[in-house]
Amino acid sequence: MKKFCTAVVAALLLPGSLWAACAYDNQVEIKSLSAGFQAWKSVTDAMAECGNFQAELDQEFRDKQVEAFAANPSLYHIGGVSNSTLVPLVNNNLVRPLDDLVAQHGGQLSENQLIRQNGQVVAIAMMVNAQHLMYRQDILDDLGIAEPANYEEVLAAAAKIDDAGVVDYPLGATWKTGFNIALDFVNLFLGEGQSLINDDLSPSINNETGMYVLETMGRLKDYMDPEILVSDSTYVQQQFQQGKIAMANLWASRAAAMDDEAESQVVGLVTMASAPMGSVRPASTLWWDGTVIASNITDEEAEAAFRLIMEGMDTEMVQANNDDAIWIIDGFVPGKSAAGAFATAANGAAPYPASTEFGIIFNALGNGLAAYITGEKDAATTLADIENEYLVGAKEAGLIQ
Amino acid sequence: MKFRVFVAFAGPSLLLMLIFIAIPLVNVFLQSFYNTQSIFETVEIETCTPGFGTQTCITESETRPVLGEDGKALEKTIFVGWESYRNILRPDQAWQAVKQLNWSGLMAIDFWKALRFTLTFTLISLPLVIGLGLVIAVAVNSLAKSIRGQVIFVSLLPFIITPVIGALSIRWLFIGDGILTALLEWWLQMDIAMFAQAWTIELMMLFYRVWHVAPFAFVVFYAGLQTVNNDTLESAIIDGASRFERLRYVVIPHLMPLIIFVSLIHLMDCYRVFEEIVGFSSQAHVISLQWLTYDFLIPDESGNRSISRASASSMLTMIGIVIILIPLLRKTWNDHRARVL
Repeated sequence: MKKFCTAVVAALLLPGSLWAACAYDNQVEIKSLSAGFQAWKSVTDAMAECGNFQAELDQEFRDKQVEAFAANPSLYHIGGVSNSTLVPLVNNNLVRPLDDLVAQHGGQLSENQLIRQNGQVVAIAMMVNAQHLMYRQDILDDLGIAEPANYEEVLAAAAKIDDAGVVDYPLGATWKTGFNIALDFVNLFLGEGQSLINDDLSPSINNETGMYVLETMGRLKDYMDPEILVSDSTYVQQQFQQGKIAMANLWASRAAAMDDEAESQVVGLVTMASAPMGSVRPASTLWWDGTVIASNITDEEAEAAFRLIMEGMDTEMVQANNDDAIWIIDGFVPGKSAAGAFATAANGAAPYPASTEFGIIFNALGNGLAAYITGEKDAATTLADIENEYLVGAKEAGLIQ
Repeated sequence: MKFRVFVAFAGPSLLLMLIFIAIPLVNVFLQSFYNTQSIFETVEIETCTPGFGTQTCITESETRPVLGEDGKALEKTIFVGWESYRNILRPDQAWQAVKQLNWSGLMAIDFWKALRFTLTFTLISLPLVIGLGLVIAVAVNSLAKSIRGQVIFVSLLPFIITPVIGALSIRWLFIGDGILTALLEWWLQMDIAMFAQAWTIELMMLFYRVWHVAPFAFVVFYAGLQTVNNDTLESAIIDGASRFERLRYVVIPHLMPLIIFVSLIHLMDCYRVFEEIVGFSSQAHVISLQWLTYDFLIPDESGNRSISRASASSMLTMIGIVIILIPLLRKTWNDHRARVL
C-alpha cells in the first residue's frame, strides 16, 4: 500500500515534460485565467505540457480578472481575453506591451494575430468567432425553402416550417437575459449600419432602428420556445442536436458539435450559412479571443509566460484540435463548420464595438430587453428605459456630465 | 454577573461584530453617498484586430481613463448625496405611477418590481414554513420511538443541501423538457413551459424555499415539543379536549416563543432572497432586492461597476429588513416587559 501511495505521489509530481510533447522544460511557475470553452481547454492543455503551469478555466472570469491583474504582483501571469474583456485591462494599464517578446520568441506569429493599439502589441489572438445562421438542410429541402438571406426570409421560412409541424419550434435563439439577448439586439442594430451611441456619448437606440429591431425580435419570438429568455448557447446547441429546432443564429465555435456523433441526432444535416443580412451588413459581430500578459509581473515571468503562449498556440495544437474553433494560427484547415463564419465575414460583418461606454449600454440592454419580450412594456417604453439606464450608468462612471 | 466576567465572555464576540459587521456597515453607508469615477479623455487610437484572414486597422476616437504618473487610472471621489438612492428608487416616476394608480408603471422600475417580489415571497413562504414545520414536528413526535431517528434524519436532508445547488436541481428538473415538466405534460396532456412566465417561476421558488427551510422550523419545534408539560396535556384530555384543541390551546402557546424565533430568522433570510434568482436564472421575469445589489456590483463587459448604487441598494435592503421585523420585535419586547414587571 505504501509503495502504491509513493508511486501515485511520484506520478503526480513528475514534471509534465517527461511525457508531453513540449519543446522545452518550463522552470517558472505560471498561472492563467481564461474563459472555459473547448478552445481554451485545448490551448491551456498544450501549455501545461511544458510543466509548472496552472490554468483556471472559468466562464465568469471577467468578474475577477481586472481585480486579480491589478494586484501587485498580479495573481495570474496570462489572461484570456476577447475584444470586450480586453477593454478594462487596457484602460487600467494592466497588460504588458509585447513587442520585445514578439521579436524575440514570436517568429511563428502572423501579423493577423497581433492585436495592436497605437502600434503597440497588447495581445496575441488565437481564434475568431461570430454568430451565424445554422439551419437543418433536410427540413428546408423537404419544404422547398431556399437558404434565408435576411430576416424577412427567415420569418417566411419559419412560418412554413411551423405549418409543416416537423419540429417543436422553427427557430432557436440565444436570448437568455443579460449578455446573450443584448448581443442579439446589437447584432441586428449594427446590421442596419447604425451606431448605438453617438459621438458625444449620448445613447441612440430610441429611434427608428431601435423600433425596427425590437419589432423584428417580437416577430421572431412567435416561432420560438416560450422559455427563450433562459436559452443560452448550450441550450440552443442541445435543441439543434435533439432535433427540436430548425434554424438559429449560433456561435461558430458551436458548429462542430452538430456533427458530434456522441451527442447529436442530426449529424450531417445542419448547414452553416452567413448570418442574415440587415439592410447594410450581416446582423452579426466579429469577435476574437486571445491572450494578454499581466503588467505587474517580473520580466523573467513575462518571458516564461510568453514562451508558454507560443507553445500553446502552435501548429501542433491546431492540428490536434482543428474543429474546436476558427483558429488564426498556421496549420488551420477550415472545415465545414467554419463555412458560416467565413461567409458572415465575407459579407462584411462589423467587429464588436468594444469600449467603456458600450459596456454600459450593453449591460442596460441585457437587463432591459426582457420586459419587451415578456410583454411587460411596449417598444418605446423599453427603449426609453434602456437609454435612461445607460445615462445613469454613464454619469456614474464619469463618462458624461 | 460581575462586569469583568461579562466583558471577558462577551468581549471577543462584540469585537468581532464590530470588525465584521459594524465597520463594513458604516463603510457601505458612507459609500452610498460618494461616487468614485475615473477621469476620461477622448483620444485618437489606431486599433488593429484580427479578421478572417486579414487584419483590420481602424483609427477612431475612443474614451479612455487618464493614467496617472504611477501608471494607474486617475480617479476622483465626489459627494453625490442622495443621488444613488434617487437613481434606484426613481421617486418622481414611482409617485406619478402611484397617483395614477398605474400598477405596471410602478413595476417598470426595477426597485419596486424587486420589492414586490421580495415581499410577496417572504410573506407567503412564512406561514407555509411555520405550518409545515409544525405539522412535521407533531407527526414525528407521535411516531414510535424506534423509527424516529431515521425519520428525523431524512426530514433534515433538504436543509443540509447548499441553497444554490438545490435551486439548480429544481431548475434542471423543470427547464425545457426536464423530467418533471415532461411528466406534467404527459399527465395533463398539454404543453407546459415552466420558465416562460413569472407566476410559474414564483411558484417553483416558493416550493423550493419551503422545502428547503421547513426542516429548520421542524427541528426547532420538535425540540420545543419535548418540553411540553405532560400534566397540562393530561388534564386537558380529562377535560375532554380534542386533539386539535390540545394543539391549539396547550401546545402552540407553549411553542409561541419558538414560533416567533423561527419567524424572525425566516423573515431576515427570506428578505435576502437571492439563490433562487440566480439558480433559476429568472432575471427576465422575477428579480429580488438582493439580486439588484449583486447586479450593480458585478462588472459589465467593459469592467464598469456601480459601487455607489450597490451600496445604496444594500442600505435599502437593510432598512427593509428592520421595518419588516418591527412587529415581531415589538411583540417580543412587550412579552419580555410583561414578564419582568
